[in-house]
Amino acid sequence: MSRRIPWALVVFLVAFWVPFLGSRFYTFVATDIAILALFAMSLNLLLGYTSLVSFGHAAYFGIGAYTCALLMKSLGAPFLPSLMAGGLTAAGFALVFGFFCVRLTKIYFAMLTLAVAQIVWAICFKWNDVTGGEQGLPSVPYPDLAWMGSLPILENLRLGDLFYIVVILIVLLGIAALRRIVDSPFGRILTVIRDNPERAQFVGVNVRLYQLAAFVVAGFFAGISGALFGIFNRGVFPDFIYWTKSAEPLIMTILGGMGSFWGPAVGAFALVVLNQQVTSYTEYWPFVMGAILILLLYVFPGGIVGTIETALTPARPDSSGATPAASQQADRGA
Amino acid sequence: MLEVRGLGKAFNGFRAINGVSLTVARGEIAAVIGPNGAGKSTLFNLITGHLQPDEGQILLEGRDITGAAPHRICRMGVGRSFQRTNIFAKLTVFENIQAAFIAHRGRGRDFWTRSSTLYRDETEALLVSLGIRDTADTIGGLLSHGNQKQVELGIALACDPEILLLDEPTAGMSAAETRESIRLLERIAAERSLTLLFTEHDMQVVFSIAQRIAVLHQGRLIAEGSAEAVQQDEQVRRVYLGERH
Repeated sequence: MSRRIPWALVVFLVAFWVPFLGSRFYTFVATDIAILALFAMSLNLLLGYTSLVSFGHAAYFGIGAYTCALLMKSLGAPFLPSLMAGGLTAAGFALVFGFFCVRLTKIYFAMLTLAVAQIVWAICFKWNDVTGGEQGLPSVPYPDLAWMGSLPILENLRLGDLFYIVVILIVLLGIAALRRIVDSPFGRILTVIRDNPERAQFVGVNVRLYQLAAFVVAGFFAGISGALFGIFNRGVFPDFIYWTKSAEPLIMTILGGMGSFWGPAVGAFALVVLNQQVTSYTEYWPFVMGAILILLLYVFPGGIVGTIETALTPARPDSSGATPAASQQADRGA
Repeated sequence: MLEVRGLGKAFNGFRAINGVSLTVARGEIAAVIGPNGAGKSTLFNLITGHLQPDEGQILLEGRDITGAAPHRICRMGVGRSFQRTNIFAKLTVFENIQAAFIAHRGRGRDFWTRSSTLYRDETEALLVSLGIRDTADTIGGLLSHGNQKQVELGIALACDPEILLLDEPTAGMSAAETRESIRLLERIAAERSLTLLFTEHDMQVVFSIAQRIAVLHQGRLIAEGSAEAVQQDEQVRRVYLGERH
């Protein structure tokens, strides 16, 4: 993992060429994947790195989406400040809600995040004057990207393609920042809390404070991804916050592998592509998805990335005389 | 160094700790012994803030730390190991110790430096001093029980404690491992002029290194003093040592 390949750059260089395939559909799918990848990776900061299971992550996705869309549509604010405002507002709400949520642990934490998200959903669903209620906020404008069209390589691209380039730039900047955070001392403390909160307290870690900080950071990046999604979707609707939306990044993370940094992004890719493929054959997509999840949980608990990593790592004999019981004990923390 | 005054704690009316007073002087190696359920672990949990006492006071260097949060007590120089081995199972041994340095020195607020570059020398030195340098890159949870205990001691030492509370440091170890880890403990306590307070089942261990022994029985302190004095004590012989000799 520490081979120091700048993966974000590699992914950018590959993803950059998608619009040049000339298919509106490919650009559409790739934009979807990029935004949801950031959403899922923001959740994995909680799920995989801090062992906080949030069932209400869509709240921050939706808050970011509404904030950015309202600023751009109603106030005509420019794109980047609106985007940042979306992220920061989501982080602000994550701070307030998280303050209460981290007071509880395990399933109670999960249920409280879910409850909070459903309250946010109900408010957005009913607050007609601001959020448009059930009708949502349709026709959110694209940012002004005409200047990009005058750049040499990009001159023949459609507006949707240009927006895609902007999306992958922002998403990969976000992912690079998340990588930096995960590798930082702060990130190390999160893994310490994940592995053993009781012990963490007794190396001087204020566990709740760090959990809250992780919640806020995750909320910020969820807000950024939501803001991008609102523009991409050309509208923001209450179902952005509905609990089924919170399940999406959870499924992506488990599918891709929550034990690895890029796992959720791989999961987002796999889920979106699978969804497109399967729905073209059958209307029973949820059935297929359920079957895939069951298979994963039983046969490949490390997800796609975890399974590949295990396959690539030659089984090295352990010099310290590890017992099967000891390794089971290590796995149990997963 | 550490003073406990009239400490009491009840769980649903059951008095697990009942009016215990205890003093540990700086540099001393002291043991708390007692049969299973005597309240040893509860006493430790009260001292380290994992439990809140119902009554009494805990003073560290004369400062009242009663009821403070565990992470605060740790920062005041109290280190501890747990009865059930308690390490960070999915991190490597090196990362386990390094994380403790990062946490204790308050670097956790840093969102940007690469954590892998921090406290490398300190971690290395501590691993060498504990004799577990060769396991540095092994995942903690995969180590043998004895090695995990050493890692846990390392985590506690990384917090640069002045007093170390060890809950059954040799539990589950073979006789050879026990001897070795006791030697290790004695050496490290001497090197760092640590104060040690530990609980232990193995009477040989207790009598070989403890300078002072406190005996708990059903939540009460029934004797306190040197190894000889405690061994001679009638009540102690009856309720505790008698079971074994």
